[in-house]
Amino acid sequence: MSVSTEEVKKIAKLARIELTAQEEQRHAITISTVLDFVNTLNEVDTEGVEPTAQVTGLEDVVREDIVKNSTIKKELLAQMPQVSVGLLKVPAVFSDSEDVI
Amino acid sequence: MKLNELTIKEAQTGLREKKFTAVELTQACLNKIKERNAELNAFITVCEESALKEAQLADEMLAQGKAMPLTGIPFAVKDAICTAGVRSTGAAKILDNYTPPFNATVIQKIREQGGILLGKNNCDAFGHGASNENSMYGPVKNPINLDKVAGGSSGGSAAAVADNMCIFAIAEDTGGSIRQPASFCGIVGMRPSYGRNSRFGIMPMASSFDTVGPMTKTVEDMAIVMQVIAGNDPLDATTVPEIVPDYTSEINQDLKGLRVGVPKEYFEAEGMDEEVRKIIEKQIKNLEAQGAEIIDVTLPLTKYAIAVYYVLVPSEVSSNFGRLDGVRYGVRSEAKDLFEVYSKSRAQGFPEEVKRRILIGTYALSSGYYDAYYKKAQQVRTLIRRDFDRVFSDVDVLVTPTSPFPAFGLGEKSSNPIQLYLADIFVSPAASAGIPAISVPAGETSAGLPVGLQIMGSRLSEGLIMRVANNIKK
Repeated sequence: MSVSTEEVKKIAKLARIELTAQEEQRHAITISTVLDFVNTLNEVDTEGVEPTAQVTGLEDVVREDIVKNSTIKKELLAQMPQVSVGLLKVPAVFSDSEDVI
Repeated sequence: MKLNELTIKEAQTGLREKKFTAVELTQACLNKIKERNAELNAFITVCEESALKEAQLADEMLAQGKAMPLTGIPFAVKDAICTAGVRSTGAAKILDNYTPPFNATVIQKIREQGGILLGKNNCDAFGHGASNENSMYGPVKNPINLDKVAGGSSGGSAAAVADNMCIFAIAEDTGGSIRQPASFCGIVGMRPSYGRNSRFGIMPMASSFDTVGPMTKTVEDMAIVMQVIAGNDPLDATTVPEIVPDYTSEINQDLKGLRVGVPKEYFEAEGMDEEVRKIIEKQIKNLEAQGAEIIDVTLPLTKYAIAVYYVLVPSEVSSNFGRLDGVRYGVRSEAKDLFEVYSKSRAQGFPEEVKRRILIGTYALSSGYYDAYYKKAQQVRTLIRRDFDRVFSDVDVLVTPTSPFPAFGLGEKSSNPIQLYLADIFVSPAASAGIPAISVPAGETSAGLPVGLQIMGSRLSEGLIMRVANNIKK
């Protein structure tokens, strides 16, 4: 199974990670190696086997929906990269630039 | 003996008997960190001032006879675990400036029981690695041999405990990150059953695998810390409701009549070191001499555990790491628009291996590949669990080497990801099955490198595997 540099570019865009040309080439090689390796799973007969998503067997763990006061607003704001009048500042979400998948 | 070399048990006794103070004990650890950290790189952050203040308070508590189990005991924490008011980077630059406003539940519990936070340990960034060479703060060196890796991902914690920079440490094990470095550095490390200890406040890597556990100098210390941190937590819905047993008394029982399984697949792996094999086989004979019944068993799916791991973990990583985007906390890169905020912050803030895993996971989960990779790996995971269920109807515990080889050289495996992934071949299966497993020192190679022995048990059998570990004499 080999992944091309073009495919790496596409995945990286989906994953929101900017890669240099060298990184794209390097990841194409290493990701192909990893995929070859994990393809050994095809040797195992899994016909009719239930997939495992969790191992505790716990189901529907719920709690009362009670509103609690948070006392750490100041500390949370202090962690934000940009703050304006006590609110998190972010770049414009909508833009005219080309479509982004 | 120097104070920083004490175990928890010894330090508890000495503090209560007023042989030394918590300030002296803490200072001894801080001195050791000062002396060795430049060489080993085991700590990213050291809390000298606050640790000494906490030690003074501990001494007051001790003087008033109000000591709790961990009062005055200095400990270190893997940097991928949140500590209130103390920088927690996860060893990645995207969180270089991150100071959590809250404690992980396990840390909160230790703090409430009087533990003194010394600082934060280096690790592979967000736990991605088996050699501690994927940290953006430099690799950790093995205190026993500076040319060797400390193991990973919790290499800084293992090195800190082994080199007596702290009395114990708290780390995280997703696929072997506590046990493998514990074996490389010659200390005790346990991955509890999935669901036994709360993961609230642990930086999530692969949520269906992540666990948090102690790294200690002795099995007795392991039981002491587990007694404090185990249990249900309303803040982590995956924690189980079962009551925490009395570990500290359970570990003192003998091994008479215990059925010990020896899975042959763990002795036939490619690249298996002869000396490691001999040390483990000798220990198995010792267990037999202590009255345990040794039973040969087989776990045929062992060789697929790493492949399962490297589909499911990157998939979960690619999803979990969406939160690290430079928007609400951490380091936001200069960018012209929102897309660039994400793509540049992540490009600059993650090391190569983290990027690789996010990319693999994004690929494996993308349309057209989901069944071939993710679902297939989840099905094989079921078969691995069944393998363990089957053997645990015939035996009480399984004994294996923790790693096929002792600590390898810095740089030796870093150019080939598969080589490094395979270093976790014996520690990964327990992670897939969600069962507890402990690594305990079993001996040394002729070159003086530590060899760890791994004991695995069925779900929630922490007390039993610690009991077996407590009967392993190096």
